[in-house]
Amino acid sequence: MSDTSDTSDIRDESEAAASVSAPAEAARVLAIPQLCLVALIGATSSGKSTFAARHFAPSETLSSDGFRALVGDDANDQSVTAAAFDALHYVAGARLRLGRLVVIDATSVKPQDRASLVRLAREHDVFPIAIVFDLDERTLLERNAVRPDRRLSAHIVRRHTQELRRHLRGLEREGFRQVYILRSAAAVDAARVERTPMWPDKRQEGGPFDIIGDTHGCYKELLALLDTLGYQADDQAGRRHPDGRRAIFLGDLVDRGPQVIETVTLVRRMVEGGQAFCVPGNHDVKLARKLAGRNVQITHGLADSLAQLDALPDEARAQWTRDYRAFVDGLVSHLILDDGALVVAHAGMKQEYQGRASGRVRDFALFGETTGETDEFGLPVRANWAADYRGRAAVVYGHTPTPEATWLNNTINIDTGCVFGGRLTALRWPERELVSVAALRTWAEPARPLASAEVATPAETAVETLLRIEDVVGKQIVRTRLAGSVIVEQDRAAAALEVMSRFATDPRWIIYLPPTMSPSETSQRPDWLEYPTEAFAYYRTQGAPRVVCEEKHMGSRAVLVLCRDAATASRRFGVADDSPPGACYTRTGRRFIEDDALDRALMTRLSTALAATDFWERFETEWVCLDAEIMPWNAKAQGLLREQYAPVASAGAAALAGALAMAQAGAARGLDLGALAERLDERAHNIARYADAYGRYCWQVEGLDGLRVAPFHLLATEGHVHADRDHRWHMAELARLAQADPLFVATRYREVNTLDAEDCDQAAGWWEELTADGAEGMVIKPLEFITRGSRGLAQPALKCRGREYLRIIYGPDYTEPANLDRLRSRGLATKRSLAAREFALGIEALERFTRREPLWRTHQAVFAVLAMESEPVDPRL
Amino acid sequence: MLLTLTCYAPNAPDIGYLLGKNPASVFERPFSGGKVWAFYPDVADDHVTVAMLTEIDPIGLVRGPAPLTQLGHYINDRPYVASSLTSVALNTAFGSALAGRATSHSERLSERMRWEVSVGVVACEAGEEFMTRLFAPLGYAVTTTRLPLDLRFSAWGQADLYALKLDGSQTVREVLSHLYVLLPVLDNSKHYYVGEEETAKLLAHGGVWLAAHPERELIAKRYLRYKRPLVQSTLERLAESDPALREAEAQAEESAAATEVAPEPVEATPGLHEQRLNTVMAAIRAVGAHSLVDLGCGEGRLLSLALTERSLTRILGMDVSPVALARAGRRLHVESMAPMQRARIQLTQGSLLYRDGRLRDFDVAALVEVIEHLDTSRLSAMERVVFQHARPQRVIVTTPNREYNVRWEAIGEQRLRHRDHRFEWTRAECQAWAERVAATYGYRWTWQGIGPEDAAVGAPSQMVIFDGNPGAGDANEGEGNEGDATAGKETLA
Repeated sequence: MSDTSDTSDIRDESEAAASVSAPAEAARVLAIPQLCLVALIGATSSGKSTFAARHFAPSETLSSDGFRALVGDDANDQSVTAAAFDALHYVAGARLRLGRLVVIDATSVKPQDRASLVRLAREHDVFPIAIVFDLDERTLLERNAVRPDRRLSAHIVRRHTQELRRHLRGLEREGFRQVYILRSAAAVDAARVERTPMWPDKRQEGGPFDIIGDTHGCYKELLALLDTLGYQADDQAGRRHPDGRRAIFLGDLVDRGPQVIETVTLVRRMVEGGQAFCVPGNHDVKLARKLAGRNVQITHGLADSLAQLDALPDEARAQWTRDYRAFVDGLVSHLILDDGALVVAHAGMKQEYQGRASGRVRDFALFGETTGETDEFGLPVRANWAADYRGRAAVVYGHTPTPEATWLNNTINIDTGCVFGGRLTALRWPERELVSVAALRTWAEPARPLASAEVATPAETAVETLLRIEDVVGKQIVRTRLAGSVIVEQDRAAAALEVMSRFATDPRWIIYLPPTMSPSETSQRPDWLEYPTEAFAYYRTQGAPRVVCEEKHMGSRAVLVLCRDAATASRRFGVADDSPPGACYTRTGRRFIEDDALDRALMTRLSTALAATDFWERFETEWVCLDAEIMPWNAKAQGLLREQYAPVASAGAAALAGALAMAQAGAARGLDLGALAERLDERAHNIARYADAYGRYCWQVEGLDGLRVAPFHLLATEGHVHADRDHRWHMAELARLAQADPLFVATRYREVNTLDAEDCDQAAGWWEELTADGAEGMVIKPLEFITRGSRGLAQPALKCRGREYLRIIYGPDYTEPANLDRLRSRGLATKRSLAAREFALGIEALERFTRREPLWRTHQAVFAVLAMESEPVDPRL
Repeated sequence: MLLTLTCYAPNAPDIGYLLGKNPASVFERPFSGGKVWAFYPDVADDHVTVAMLTEIDPIGLVRGPAPLTQLGHYINDRPYVASSLTSVALNTAFGSALAGRATSHSERLSERMRWEVSVGVVACEAGEEFMTRLFAPLGYAVTTTRLPLDLRFSAWGQADLYALKLDGSQTVREVLSHLYVLLPVLDNSKHYYVGEEETAKLLAHGGVWLAAHPERELIAKRYLRYKRPLVQSTLERLAESDPALREAEAQAEESAAATEVAPEPVEATPGLHEQRLNTVMAAIRAVGAHSLVDLGCGEGRLLSLALTERSLTRILGMDVSPVALARAGRRLHVESMAPMQRARIQLTQGSLLYRDGRLRDFDVAALVEVIEHLDTSRLSAMERVVFQHARPQRVIVTTPNREYNVRWEAIGEQRLRHRDHRFEWTRAECQAWAERVAATYGYRWTWQGIGPEDAAVGAPSQMVIFDGNPGAGDANEGEGNEGDATAGKETLA
């Protein structure tokens, strides 16, 4: 079996000569592709099921009897046949979509039955293979007679046989790619099934590679490019790389350019010498068809190739033509390389077609996908499959000249129009570096202007900035580096969609959302709900005894994405040109500052502060993502304070004062109200303490005056997610910012060795001091940003909140023993599980962004954080 | 919570019999919200003062059995202000007096005496005038004193908190039942009632006087709002983690609550929304549409009109809010529709900011009062989703005309009509937007006002109709992947 038949004439896919096998001989090998649809064809009792059981897994074999039993309880009940085949086709389709082999065990002796199987295979771009059991009638009748489960009348057996024989010769014309006929029981017994890899499957070829775009006979430029890439002359293969790198040619070697003959010869030698791979281009195939004597239009530079060929001496021309046809016929439409990470094809390859074989897969590889319309230059409008590409494999392709090779959804077109006076470009894999040489001259005039910067149409890049609903709705599975697959349930995704749509800022800015944070275990101390001891113990048991304790600022959590300037913002984040040089949003993606002018002022000021510390130069970046707290609390939570916190203080103070006065008056009358009065007095104090607590986190803000930004994680800069740095580094780097602009606040912190009891005591003392002073509390983190404990990811941080602060969480009177006792029972497991997953998702989002993955990939991860946050968890934790 | 009642009457200590509480002892009893005390701080021949004090258990409110868990926050004013819980406490302490019974001195039950009532703290967003409207018709002189919000932060404004004093001549049952019914009515809209049967009791206690009260409708309406179950949506939980979001959500919830009682209470032009929907329906009919997608269908008001339109054979209602969709489903009785009818309509969650293949191939897309809920920075995404990708033949957009706001006293020039509106356009702004969108995506547009036309400021609402060629110019859509890729290939570069 080879690719030959359909490369020689892509239009004759269905007429491709399939090999009809000769009568049985000993140990006959039936080769089938790993992914295909195998139809076992033969009369009843011809041994199909026995054969299937011997050569295929039960799950691979779909038998009509089995499906009759499944839908109608009785394998022999012919009245349910229609429903049984419906179900069988459905299951077969599902398996083929998932890339699983399907074996159909049904008589399939009628042409219309087989036609539906061929159609099924084609719909899923796999080959239909026929294995025919053509046993003589006597054997069948004998077997039928002794069958314990079912005995059919002889005339049915006879009819099956006649029907089968009548069409046997025409099976390949019916569309079967391969037809194996087993003509005796002995042949059936002797046959062996061998599964062969799909032609495009070159996963074991690991690279490194240099992938080279459309050459079109630009031989000198090709040599120059190979030189630049480090290839050296080689007697056998023409060119060879000293480090074992191999070239991959994306086809369109011929037409238009000046040295078609030399170009093809070099590429062919490199491929035959094991130094290169090549996929066919539409021009290559068309020239091969012309040379095979087909009638094709002599357009689009074909004449150039033919003229150069005509200039050769007869013998050389004949030899070259033979070699060329054999070479092109041997090329496979697309290749999957490097363990599935890389797909190459001349005009691209969408995910559903990768690794499959059919006429339309081949057409796609050669021509891409067109809409059927033509543009103002008379060229076909391409359907932008790359805009919808969601595959994990990078697809490198050419075919349509583009002024600049740019990644779009993990695909890149590297045809930079050398023959049209552009450049010849190579993509180094896995480095993903572009290397190119300029064309020596314009060898041909393009039908569509190439030089204009607008060729990569706005629509093409703009699609990238518009997300698709399928990427977020329904149950989602997000794979993370840190925590494996994270599952987002449908209802959570629905809640997140509403929040993202109604409240969130432009998703292009949302490259990170922070994880929730669990408190430390409830304290064992009688008067405290939280105390640092438990947090220290946690990290000790996680095998991460060295921790940092950072002062926890009380404001509102904010993610800051800051750019060097507005131009950077537009270039790197794809936002509008007039956007501010950054964005600041809350933990649910909502804009932190809703006033446009103020937002811009803050972004500009922070960006300037970074510049003052030489930040951009030191990190070789033009943007940074910071995790921060913005103070005061009332800056963002004004409404909450005005409508909830302050009224409670006001109403509480008034009500308790009045009640106390009444109780005292009653007590003065001799009523037994002493205890009640005492209690009211204590509660009046509590409400005052509560008012003090929130009051400390509020102050007047005018514009930017009064605003404080306390960053505590330097999350990412270009090319780096700084999760590999410990918190000491983060604190030190961020402290520099505070020196540049008082708007930035440095965070007080200390390192603690939790194995050292005295160290722990001192840290707890420090915490008591901070919190007595009104601080919210502290955050305890393992020194290493990412810490794996005994059971997976350790909590990235635990908070330990101060006694007074907790009044604004649990209420003014929470410290009363009766209240405290009830509050102690609180489950942290869900909160911690969420924190770990959200942490992994946040880091994943940043890693995807820094890898320059498409927007939807980053969005999927942050969207999942938001979805996780809609899990029902006690909000006071 | 503190409530004191001072009664001026001869042989004032007899009042103890009427209230069923001995002036010499302290009454103390738990009730469903916490604990109540009743005692007499002041007893004289010509007057007595009885004080009722409640201690609401805030943790019990949050963690307690089902009805009380509606109170999501430990930080709430329930322990301190008069509310429905006060009514429950009143019934616990003075149940027989409320029912008009007394074990002794029952002849004085019908006697009108002068009562001075002091309610420690009332949370009433409707203001002082509202309190007077409630109590004055019942024969009280009403005195209110507004409490400060937070003296340290004067910029935060004033609190909706008041000390309330009432002075009037009433029977004991009257004064108690007035308080029992009206204190929860005063309470602001963040109301968490302990249970439906209590609401029924409130109405029972209203009795005769409520029927004669000039504000009886308002009183009843506020009860209705109390009965509305607080939806514990996942969204709410989400909002917990972000104070800003919680605030926004609370505002939206509040407006939604208001909308439930009367559609668009702020658009003080009766029937405006109905007129708007009829205008939109006419625009749908005008193109002989067979299919309609209602983008941002909300509770399905337009959908229910569309269902009566025979020629519409395919109707899709899309909204981003699962809660709104569920409400639409109930409103339209989607579950119980006849199969033929059911086949015509689909409801689905979706977003105007995400490209969505399900929105393709519709004759008409309607966006009725939707776009003003999007941040202006996100409008371009919506435009691409609708005009570039969904690309219906006709797009109908309605949005408020901001200029008209001055004609409504309650809104004025500065404010927007809805707290979730991110913008409202003038007629010129709307037309400029329509022109740009039409030019960008190849549509034609027409504009018209909806509602009574005002010479200076136009009509209260406005509508743009975009017409274009369905399906043209969206070569970048990915759905057509199964199509024939070979067309025109011989001419390919």
